[in-house]
Amino acid sequence: MLKIKNLHAAVDGKEILKGINLEIREGEVHAIMGPNGAGKSTLSSVLTGRERFEVTEGEIEFNGKDLLQLPAEDRAREGIFMSFQYPVEIPGVSTVNFLKTAVNEIRKYRGQPPFPAGDFLKMIRQKMELVGIDNKLLNRSLNEGFSGGEKKKNEIFQMAVLEPKLAILDETDSGLDIDALRIVANGVNKLKRPDNATIVITHYQRLLDYIVPDVVHVLYDGRIVKTAGKELVAELEEKGYDWIKEEVGR
Amino acid sequence: MDSLEKINADFATLFRDGRTLLDKGCGAVINGCREEAFRKFVDLGGIPFKKEEYSYLNLLPLFSRDYNVVLKYIRQEVDMNETFRCAVTNLQTNPVLTVNGWWFDENIEPEIPEEVVICSLREASVKYPDLLARHYNHYASAARNDGLVALNTAFAQDGIFVYVPDDVVMERPLQIINLLRANTGLMAFQRNLIILGKNARASVLVCDHTLSEQEFLVNNTTEVYLGPRARMEYYQVQNQHLGASQINSLFVSEHRNSVFESNLVTLYGGTIRNNMYVAMNEEGGECHLYGMYILDKNQIVDNFSYIDHIAPHCISNEHFKGVMDDASLANFSGCIRVRPDAQKTEAYQANNNLLLTDTARVNTKPQLVIDADDVKCSHGATVGQLDEEAMFYLRSRGIGLEEARMMMMFGFAHDIIQRVKLEPLRVEIDNLIDKRLRGELSKCHHCVMKCKK
Repeated sequence: MLKIKNLHAAVDGKEILKGINLEIREGEVHAIMGPNGAGKSTLSSVLTGRERFEVTEGEIEFNGKDLLQLPAEDRAREGIFMSFQYPVEIPGVSTVNFLKTAVNEIRKYRGQPPFPAGDFLKMIRQKMELVGIDNKLLNRSLNEGFSGGEKKKNEIFQMAVLEPKLAILDETDSGLDIDALRIVANGVNKLKRPDNATIVITHYQRLLDYIVPDVVHVLYDGRIVKTAGKELVAELEEKGYDWIKEEVGR
Repeated sequence: MDSLEKINADFATLFRDGRTLLDKGCGAVINGCREEAFRKFVDLGGIPFKKEEYSYLNLLPLFSRDYNVVLKYIRQEVDMNETFRCAVTNLQTNPVLTVNGWWFDENIEPEIPEEVVICSLREASVKYPDLLARHYNHYASAARNDGLVALNTAFAQDGIFVYVPDDVVMERPLQIINLLRANTGLMAFQRNLIILGKNARASVLVCDHTLSEQEFLVNNTTEVYLGPRARMEYYQVQNQHLGASQINSLFVSEHRNSVFESNLVTLYGGTIRNNMYVAMNEEGGECHLYGMYILDKNQIVDNFSYIDHIAPHCISNEHFKGVMDDASLANFSGCIRVRPDAQKTEAYQANNNLLLTDTARVNTKPQLVIDADDVKCSHGATVGQLDEEAMFYLRSRGIGLEEARMMMMFGFAHDIIQRVKLEPLRVEIDNLIDKRLRGELSKCHHCVMKCKK
C-alpha cells in the first residue's frame, strides 16, 4: 500500500528526515515511536502534503501512485487520513457541513455521485455511535470550544466517516485522560479492516496498550533505527530511548 | 471654480430654487428645519472633504457626476408590488416600499396592531405634528460635523414613519424595501423616523435595491427613538449595483433599559458610507451593532460609528467583519465615547478583515475616548489572510483549495450572521452570503430576497 524509499525532507532549509525507508501493507498496524525531535511529526506532515515541508530526496508510492506529486486534498481523496495532534478550530463552519463537503469532494474525485442527502445523516449517526460522540457536536462549529478529548474524538469520528485506506494517528494520545484514550482507541480498533492500514505515531506506550501494532519502528534523528514486533514497545517503556541512542552510536 | 466649490454652489442653487417644491406637502416641523440645516451644511464646508470623519473616503468623484434631483413624487408606471413580491422563505413580514426615497403610493395596507402607525413621513408630518416636533431631527444632530446629514435635513421630503406606542408589540417584522428606478442618473434623499414608546417592541428589516442600471446617489437618514425598556431589532441588507452609491445614516437614541440590536450586511453596491450613531442616554441601555461586508471589483464600503455612553450602566458591543477581493476598499472607523458620568460602562468593539488580494485595501481605526474611571472597554482590529493551518486541515480531508477558501470565508461571515435572531432571515442571509462569495450574485439587480438562482 505505502512504500517510502530513502525519504529526505527539510523544513526552512534544515534537514529533518535523513533517509526513511518504510513499507506498509493492507491490514497492518505500524507504530512509529521515538524521542522528541526525531522527525515523527515531520514524517506525517510530508505524507499528508503540508507545503512547508520540502522533500529533497526519495520517493513515496501509495497504491501505485506517486504521492509526492499530489496536492494535500488529492492525497486525502486517494485515501490518506491524518488525525491531527492539534485539530484546528474553524468558527462558523458546522461539523456536519464540513463532513458533507469532504465526503462529496472525495466522491467527486472518484467519479461517484454526491452522497444521497437523505442517507447522509443516517450514515453520520451510525458513525457517531461507533465512536461514541455527542449528537450536539454536529451543528456546532468545527472543533470550536471543544475540549481536548472532544477534539480527538472528533478526529476519529471524521476518520470513521471518510473511511481512509491509510490512517495516520499523530500523537493522538497527547492530552487525553485514560477514559478518553480508551474511547479513541476503541474507535480506531472498530474501524480496522483487512483492506486498510494504520500508522500510530506516539511518544509513549499508553496508546499502544489499546491499539496493538504489528510492527514497531523507532525513529531517531531522521532515520528509522530499529524495527521489531510489538514486544519492542514494552522494552522502550522500560528502558527509555537512551539505549537506542547508544546502540546507533550517537 | 474647483469641483468642491462647484458641487456646493450647485446645492445652494438647488436649495434656493427648489424651496417651494421642497416645502410643498411637508409639515411645518420638516420645513422648519431646512434653513438652519442648510446653513450648517454651508458652515461645515459643504460636502465633507478631507474631514476627520471622512479621512479615508473621497466623496468628490461621487458628487461630481451628473444626477437629476426630483423634488416631487413621480408615479411609477409598473406595479411595484407585483415586480416586488419580496419574501424571505418562511418569514412573514409587512412589506413597505419606497421608490427613489419616496413612499410608494400603492403600498399594501400592513397588518399591524391598530395603535401602530406605519406611513409616509410627509403624511405623518401633517397628521402627527406633535410627534414630529418631539422627535424629528433631534437625534440626527449627533452628527455635529457631518455636512451630509445636514444636507439630508435640508432636502428631506419623504421616507418611512413608524410609531409603536407604549406597551405595544409589533409581532410581524416590518420590511422596508428601498427601490431605485430612473431613466437617468438620480440623486435622492430619504428620511425615516421610527419611534418606539416604552416597553414597545419591533423588528425592522431594510433592503436596499436598484431596479434600473442608472447611476444613483442616495442620502438616506434614519432616526430611531427607543423609550424605556423598548426593544428593537434592525437588519439591513444592502444589495445594489456597482453604479449605485449611498450615504446611509442611522441615529439611535436609547433610554432606560432599552435594547437596540442591528445587523448590517453589505453585499453589493458602488460606494457605500454607513454612519451609525447611538446615544445611550439613560441607565441600563444595551446596544449591539453587527456588520458584515463583502467586497470585490472597485467597491468601497466605509463604516463609521459613534457610540456615545452618556449614562452609567450601559452596554455596547460592536463587531464588524469584512472580506475584500480584487481592488476593493473597506474603511472602518468606530469611536466609543464614555462620558464622565457613564461609570460602569461596558463597551466592546472589534473589526476583523480578510484580504484576498494584494490590491484590496483596508483602513481600520478603532477609537476609545474615555472620561470615566470605572469602565470595561476593549477594542481591536485585525487585517489578515486566510489561516494557513485551517486551510490545510480542510484540504487534508479532501476538500479542494477553492472550496476550502469558500468554507473559511463563509465561516468568517457566519460569525456575524449567526447574530440575526429571526431564523428564516438568518438562513436566507447565509444563503446570500454563500452565493455572494461564489460570485453568483454579481449580476443580480433585484431583490436579494427573491433571488431564486
